[in-house]
Amino acid sequence: MAEGVREVWITGVGIVSCLGEGADAHWQKLNEGKIVTDTTAFAPFIVHPLAPINFDAQISKKEQRQMENWQRIGTYAAGLALDSAGVKGQKDILSRIDMIVAAGGGERDLNVDSTILTGTPHAANPAAFLNERLMSDLRPTLFLAQLSNLLAGNISISHGVTGSSRTFMGEESAGVDAVRIAYSRIAAGQSDIALVGGAHNGERPDLLMLYEFAGLSLKDKFEPVWERAGKGFALGSLGAFLVIEGRDHAEARGAKPLAKLTAVVSDRANRKPGTIATSLAGLWDKIKDKVRGGTAVLSGATGANPATAEERAFFADHSDLAVRATGSYLGHGLEPQFVMNLALATVALSHGSLFPPCDSSGLEKPMSGTLDQVLVTGVGHWRGEGLALVEKVG
Amino acid sequence: MASGKDKFGRPLVVVTGLGVVTSLGAGKTDNWAKLTAGESGIRTITRFPTDGLRTRIAGTIDFLDPQPCAASYSERFANLAAEEAVAQSGIGAQGDFPGPLFLAVAPIEMEWPQRFELSARAGANEKITYADLLRVSTQFPSYHERFLFGSVADHLAEKFGTRGTPISLSTACASGATAIQLGVEAIRRGETDAALCIGTDGSINPEAVVRFSLLSALSTQNDAPHKAARPFSKTRDGFVMAEGAGALVLESYDSAKARGAKILGVLEGCGEMTDAFHRTRSSPDGKPIIGCMNVALKDAGLTADDIDYVNAHGTSTPENDKMEYLGCANVFGERMKTLPISSNKSMIGHTLSAAGAVEAVFSILTLQNQRMPPTINYDTPDPGIPLDVVPNTARDAKLKHVISNSFGFGGQNVSLIMGLEPAA
Repeated sequence: MAEGVREVWITGVGIVSCLGEGADAHWQKLNEGKIVTDTTAFAPFIVHPLAPINFDAQISKKEQRQMENWQRIGTYAAGLALDSAGVKGQKDILSRIDMIVAAGGGERDLNVDSTILTGTPHAANPAAFLNERLMSDLRPTLFLAQLSNLLAGNISISHGVTGSSRTFMGEESAGVDAVRIAYSRIAAGQSDIALVGGAHNGERPDLLMLYEFAGLSLKDKFEPVWERAGKGFALGSLGAFLVIEGRDHAEARGAKPLAKLTAVVSDRANRKPGTIATSLAGLWDKIKDKVRGGTAVLSGATGANPATAEERAFFADHSDLAVRATGSYLGHGLEPQFVMNLALATVALSHGSLFPPCDSSGLEKPMSGTLDQVLVTGVGHWRGEGLALVEKVG
Repeated sequence: MASGKDKFGRPLVVVTGLGVVTSLGAGKTDNWAKLTAGESGIRTITRFPTDGLRTRIAGTIDFLDPQPCAASYSERFANLAAEEAVAQSGIGAQGDFPGPLFLAVAPIEMEWPQRFELSARAGANEKITYADLLRVSTQFPSYHERFLFGSVADHLAEKFGTRGTPISLSTACASGATAIQLGVEAIRRGETDAALCIGTDGSINPEAVVRFSLLSALSTQNDAPHKAARPFSKTRDGFVMAEGAGALVLESYDSAKARGAKILGVLEGCGEMTDAFHRTRSSPDGKPIIGCMNVALKDAGLTADDIDYVNAHGTSTPENDKMEYLGCANVFGERMKTLPISSNKSMIGHTLSAAGAVEAVFSILTLQNQRMPPTINYDTPDPGIPLDVVPNTARDAKLKHVISNSFGFGGQNVSLIMGLEPAA
């Protein structure tokens, strides 16, 4: 892993979720401890629905019509991040921004799918029926709302980010590695400024189905992450983007740091029993020398075992760290979850404190004293382990 | 230059292993023989009924066992290509590749056979909705892993023993080139001495064909499949979807030399530039394409005059080929009238997420053999794009540096520059 020789600052944060939009709304809601869920729309499954958002503030109506919701969420959050970094509309800088988006795929047309599933058993020639319905019922532009790399494409179109554009796929690890690669490139001088993040629309039955194949879509009763005993996760709708850049680059344009990013590491355990703990221990060894105290943890724990159980065991070895699983509040957003937690870490550092626990299982404890560092964890529900360290500047 | 560093003092990145599978066959030998003989791998689709489809041809890989879905086809092709590349390179040990995996792969999704299977199990009598499918989902536990976006890369990482988290990526039709670019960057950062870079695509299924068809992107020359892909010709009417995989073992020059590996070629430079003009169309001024090639030249420390051959993106769509001509004419100036440019896609079709990697493999083979594969089906030149497309017949040439272009939906542009091993 390349050790960053160049300091990397977080200079922009853009977030939306069930808690609202922006740093202030999130900070306020997290401190109130209010949990927003929808238990009826997809009953018995529980989701954390997106708060009402006025997409017009970041995306023209014309462009919105070309998108599905996951893209609107991400393009909106990216716009907030660019605003926050003070680079919105700065053509020269936008043309040099390297973008890495962590993405899954887009929404399906549920009515078309339903029509085909309903009609097929009665069709004289089922294969021909499928072809006919797809040819006549699919909107031609739906494909562009489904393609993984078209969130990045929409951000380029709506906000003019044109340095480079890469899309990483692969659930939680896509988000971890998007940040790791963007960070490593800046630290090594291969890039000066990056927009990194992702989006997830959790209000989708096709996604509930993907995770329910493994029995992991939370149903019937909401419980905070650590209290679920492996019952899985409530999908969340959320978008999170960061602008990160070399300190010299930020200073040259007069940008203030919100926080600094001092480590991003990841690994892959094959998930045989105990391998997650080993993987996390190995990652911790790479960054522990930078952990100085005044440190809290924002965990991306999902509520799926063995991932969450082994992550919990890791925290038991580090009982001096105050832990918060943001999934209890935001739900689980897969690809953007890690970036969301980096963003929330940045917000918490700006307040110098941590929000209250949301856990009666005894893991999350109140934190007193000032907050100087946040360790962010991202242990994927199926694969991928990641850690990052975000620190207060000055 | 042979010191192991490039002109900018970065570790020199070389290629020590190549693997490829396309509709022409499995392996470099077979592919190269057919590619330089001007054979087409395009055929009538027999994998599924094509009743009612506007396009009924593709470059399917039919000589391997059938698979249940695109994810499994993609994995199968990637496995084959990677086995060949890793074996040629001789790097590491069986199941212990000493570097990361970068995988360009088509986005993964559940498909119609699985939806029908769930629907049948749900046993609903009237209208069937996702609520019905959700009721029986837990009866299909293996679909969880299969339809996760990270599953193909994960399985490859487990098999080849690559280090760290495998990265699955998409930059649409430039994906394969981006996988290589990520590998080059990691070696230049000094993070690793080697990287396994793969592009794979196995997504010829009804909905995928319909999607591209509805965007009017595909050729409809169904009656003469071999003649359907006609890059740069006046009668071109769209691209032909195809399957395939390309794999490259990238390594630092020093690492390759230290273990006595044969150097097949050098990854000299990478360039990318995003086009914010439109989701599927290039900016009419061609600036992002021009910029992309110029960034690659700069990254390689070369000028346009150093390039001896262009491995074109050359999809055979009216739009792409015109824009690629405009871009090349701007970058290479007057030389473009005589600079050879050919499109592998005239024979293998457009392998989508794999294309950048497959065509990088062919670019290295082009350098190694000092022979340029032709653009076949070039019977009616387009007077608007006067080019030496190496028409219909392969040709020998003295080649030191080649550029391979990849342009994709979503404004994705990547160019790679490859060359021969520097003299010791």
